[in-house]
Amino acid sequence: MKEKLENILSEAKSAIESASTMENIKNIKISFLGKKGEINSISKSLGKVSPEEKKAAFTVINEVRGQIETLIENKSSELYQKERELTFKKETIDVTEPGKKVKIGVKHPVTLVIEEITGIFKSMGYTIYEGPDIDTVWNTFDALNSPETHPARDMTDTFYVDENTVLRPHTSSAEVRAEHELELPYKIVIPGRCYRCDTPDATHSHTFHQVEMMVIGEDIKMSDLKGTLDYMAKQLFGPDTKTNFRPHHFPFTEPSAEMDVSCFNCGGSGCNVCKGSGWIEILGCGMTHPNVHKAGGIDTSKYTGFAVGMGVERIAMLKYGIEDIRLLYENDMRFIEQFK
Amino acid sequence: MLVSYEWLKDYINLDNISAKEFCDKMILSGSNLETCEELVQGIDGVKIGKIEKIERHPNADKLVVCQINIGSEVVQIVTGATNVYEGAIVPVALDGSTIPGPLHGQPKVEGGVKINKGELRGVLSNGMICSPEELGYSDSVVPLNSKGGIWLLPVEFDNNIGEDVVSAMGLGDYQIDFEITPNRPDCLSMTGMARETMATFDRKMVYPALAAKTDSKNVGSEIEVEVKSDFCKRYMARVIKDVKIEQSPWWLQKRLMSVGVRPINNIVDITNFVMLEYGQPLHAFDFEQIQGNKIIVDTAKAGDVFVTLDGKEMQLDEEVLMINDANRAVALAGIMGGLNSEITDDTTTMVLEIANFDEDNIRKTSKRLGKRTESSSRYEKGIDPNLCEDAMLRVCKLVEELGCGKVEEYYIDIYKNPEVATPVKARVSKINSLIGIDLTREEMIAILEKLEMKVDGEGDELIVTPLTVRRDIEIEVDIVEEVARIYGYDKIPMTIPSTATKSEVSDSWKLREKVRDVLCAMGANEIMTFSFTNDKILDDTGISEDSWERETVKLINPMGEDTAAMRTVITPGMLDVLGRNFSRNIPSVRAFEFGKTYTPKMTESELLPYESYHVSVGLYGEDEDFFTLKGMVEELFESIGITGLTFEAESDYGVYHPGRCARILLDCESEKSEKIERIVQVKETLENQPGERDETQIAILTELINTIDEYEDDFIELGIMGEVHPDVSKKFGISTRVYCCELLFDLMLEFADRTIHYSPLPKYPATSRDIALLVDEDVKVGDILAIINSHKNDILEKAELFDVYRGVQVGEGKKSVAISLTYRHAQKTLTDAETEAVHSEILDDIKSKIGAVLRDS
Repeated sequence: MKEKLENILSEAKSAIESASTMENIKNIKISFLGKKGEINSISKSLGKVSPEEKKAAFTVINEVRGQIETLIENKSSELYQKERELTFKKETIDVTEPGKKVKIGVKHPVTLVIEEITGIFKSMGYTIYEGPDIDTVWNTFDALNSPETHPARDMTDTFYVDENTVLRPHTSSAEVRAEHELELPYKIVIPGRCYRCDTPDATHSHTFHQVEMMVIGEDIKMSDLKGTLDYMAKQLFGPDTKTNFRPHHFPFTEPSAEMDVSCFNCGGSGCNVCKGSGWIEILGCGMTHPNVHKAGGIDTSKYTGFAVGMGVERIAMLKYGIEDIRLLYENDMRFIEQFK
Repeated sequence: MLVSYEWLKDYINLDNISAKEFCDKMILSGSNLETCEELVQGIDGVKIGKIEKIERHPNADKLVVCQINIGSEVVQIVTGATNVYEGAIVPVALDGSTIPGPLHGQPKVEGGVKINKGELRGVLSNGMICSPEELGYSDSVVPLNSKGGIWLLPVEFDNNIGEDVVSAMGLGDYQIDFEITPNRPDCLSMTGMARETMATFDRKMVYPALAAKTDSKNVGSEIEVEVKSDFCKRYMARVIKDVKIEQSPWWLQKRLMSVGVRPINNIVDITNFVMLEYGQPLHAFDFEQIQGNKIIVDTAKAGDVFVTLDGKEMQLDEEVLMINDANRAVALAGIMGGLNSEITDDTTTMVLEIANFDEDNIRKTSKRLGKRTESSSRYEKGIDPNLCEDAMLRVCKLVEELGCGKVEEYYIDIYKNPEVATPVKARVSKINSLIGIDLTREEMIAILEKLEMKVDGEGDELIVTPLTVRRDIEIEVDIVEEVARIYGYDKIPMTIPSTATKSEVSDSWKLREKVRDVLCAMGANEIMTFSFTNDKILDDTGISEDSWERETVKLINPMGEDTAAMRTVITPGMLDVLGRNFSRNIPSVRAFEFGKTYTPKMTESELLPYESYHVSVGLYGEDEDFFTLKGMVEELFESIGITGLTFEAESDYGVYHPGRCARILLDCESEKSEKIERIVQVKETLENQPGERDETQIAILTELINTIDEYEDDFIELGIMGEVHPDVSKKFGISTRVYCCELLFDLMLEFADRTIHYSPLPKYPATSRDIALLVDEDVKVGDILAIINSHKNDILEKAELFDVYRGVQVGEGKKSVAISLTYRHAQKTLTDAETEAVHSEILDDIKSKIGAVLRDS
């Protein structure tokens, strides 16, 4: 029996060794260790022997069975590994092939800039306020201290619906509405569409957008205006941005200023974006003229405030390097999709 | 406002200040810089010469040979210029010299032009005689006598023959262009800019030298003046005799040329020069032409005609202010003189007019007549009438200095209401608090005095009297600005408002952000189109002639057909954009727009038109069809909490394919009955109140209930969608199927519910049954689903369409609709029998209502 067992073992060894697939191993396992396998047939052939002899024989048989099991196990894990490798190799893909297109939509750059600016101001406690596109001459000019003779009132500058109604040429038209409507003190930001009779060219469009800011409170100072806009500029154009305030004139503010930011293209050394000056004009602003507060029914002895108006398209063009304002209204998908 | 840096130095010492530094500081004090340009650069080796002899060129008819004295020698130069003459003093570019150019008839060359001697048609030329343009002057400032030819230099350079042109003539200057804001017309003058310079650099200025004042006012003059209209605020006149018209001295020509004005002759040049110095327009009449020695300032009569000195005929009306002599009009006041009285080379006696006219009147007249001149544009900005006298005395001084006439002692000055400076009160504390600085009273006074303002008052109060030219200084904040800008905006600290406020955002704004995000997530790009519309684009879009969309808000001054009116719908803009992209070969597009629409006010009592937001979505491309768009629309509505939409087929809206268009309706019957219920309750409370019944109130409520019941729709239309009519897409240049929708955002806002409703995940398994129904082609899937869904409050969880089959197997005019029904019980696992009971109930319902046949299930 011992001899038989040894033969079985050596047969099994050579069979396992020569196995090359998981399928082979499976068959080998059945033929040696299966119900009708070699090992079992030896066990059955023991016949009637004493329990002691039986016990001794089973010890030997089990030892051989154990050996074969280990061999099969080792071989099968070896083969499994090989087969996995083969499969992986077969399944290998060219990862440099392009991905399947999943397109998200893109917001218009004008929306992006409006969201960015309003976002900055929302975080500073500003409320978003909106006025109509079509507004009264009173809200647009008279209440804003604009003299009767101001050229902006001309039919060559502003679109009229009738003699008392215009397409607003600036978001400032909403200022006096806010003064009447809102409770003091307030800080608001007014985004919106504006219109002027400008013949379209690379930098002019009869339709454009502005974001207005307006603050009214006790003890609002020009230094607050500077600090607020300097913060905005750093948020909008980067932390190294510097601001420069130049005296200017607007009917609705006194003192008035224009603000330049240091050129974000060259950092101030001069380039074609800033036309060599190192500075880029961004917006007009000032301390709200007392006549505007009076028109809004605000006690000028108690309250002061500031107002700011900035052109959205201009900022979008500067920020993204868009060379022609008309591109913003052409809506070529290849243009818009660049603003992801 | 063009400023010559060298000219400015006539009034103020600018030693050790470069033009660059000057500009930088002026910007910070409020004079915004447009450009700063160095004039006349790159002249090297050009000398002053005198033409001694001119001979014909032996080989060329159009050339002459000049012998020119250049001091050290006489050189031969060939020229083609026709205005040369023997004795003329001219700039000579000798062999080896450089001039800025461009050469006559040639383009400008970077770095200038090098002049070499050479032969011209066989005759040696040792260089060239230059025109002003060749030395870098613009054509518009070339002195009249040198126009189109060689620069004939003023005779005074006879003493400088052989000297270098640049040093002898004092060439080299900076022309600085400042943007002058409308509140500062006083800065449209050299003295005004000198005042700004004085305040900016804290250096004293010297005003121009004036002729001595005489007391001989309004008597004894040879001219009589009568002012009949209040549009004339002041009229001064003075007679100048023995007028000798000739070329101005170089210093005067140079000043004019440096600010872009062409020298003409001494008299014209003096009036231009003084106008530029003071900003006060002047006019000179030929005294001989003033009939009756009388000037009458009065408005014209309607129908009068006047010929201005440029030969144009003007139709007048009663608003036009005229200068007349005893018999006829001689000038359009403040705008332009007449052809009948202008100064000529033969004038010997002239009348100088220095006047001030009402700015509004001049503006209106100038606009109505379409005649805008240097003079009118200055008057319409507003000029201090007190300037007249200084300007007059300055002209007199220059006439005497140049020896071009004899100023009469007597003069006219009619000035009914002399303008005096009004003191403005300001507070030191207010100035500091509004700016956010901490200056002392003395520091503020020092700043204001630099601006030639007189300061009185004491303590916190400043009583500030500005010069009368500073018409912009009216109230305290004007003083605040003066202090702030001269102190320096750059020195004001940066702070943040101490007032605390909280940010609020309207529901509309929030929902617009949400809708944008949702549509972007669906792969649609946002577009922005103009708010305008016009008949043509509405025609192209298929909007019928008598529809409400044609009731537009019209503009009274459009820039053309494109901006004729305001849009009522935004689909035309979307189609325009889709068309543009299609024509640019972009294979597929998904786009959306958020746009305002505008509809006219209903009654005159309303102030403004209505504005409301619409959302449009537009698609074309291989993967797009009606149901892609419908899916997007449904998901969009669901994302803002609007469910239970009904899509009702619409076959009569010109924009869309008659078989592929749906109105998007929201069932609001329950809202309507709730509303009625609420009013009924109020009414009942009123009816049951003890005491006297308020019958009127009750009647009103009854009426209201009836009105709502009768007129309020059970469905509200939130938009329309469909496949664009092929005729319409063709109009927009698109030859593929296009899908669009236009949604009424403001109504969506009304019904939107953004609260999130959570329900626990199901604990028990679902079981599903698929059915295939054979129905007639005209049976609507929506109706089948509606029948199934009416059983929904039972164990039916959902019913989903998964296939519609048409073909031979079902036969002509039929379709097979496959629907998957999912059943689930919230508290237990359903048994087959329980499911079957409900399922067969549903099937029976469908069969009885639609007459559908169940296929092989």
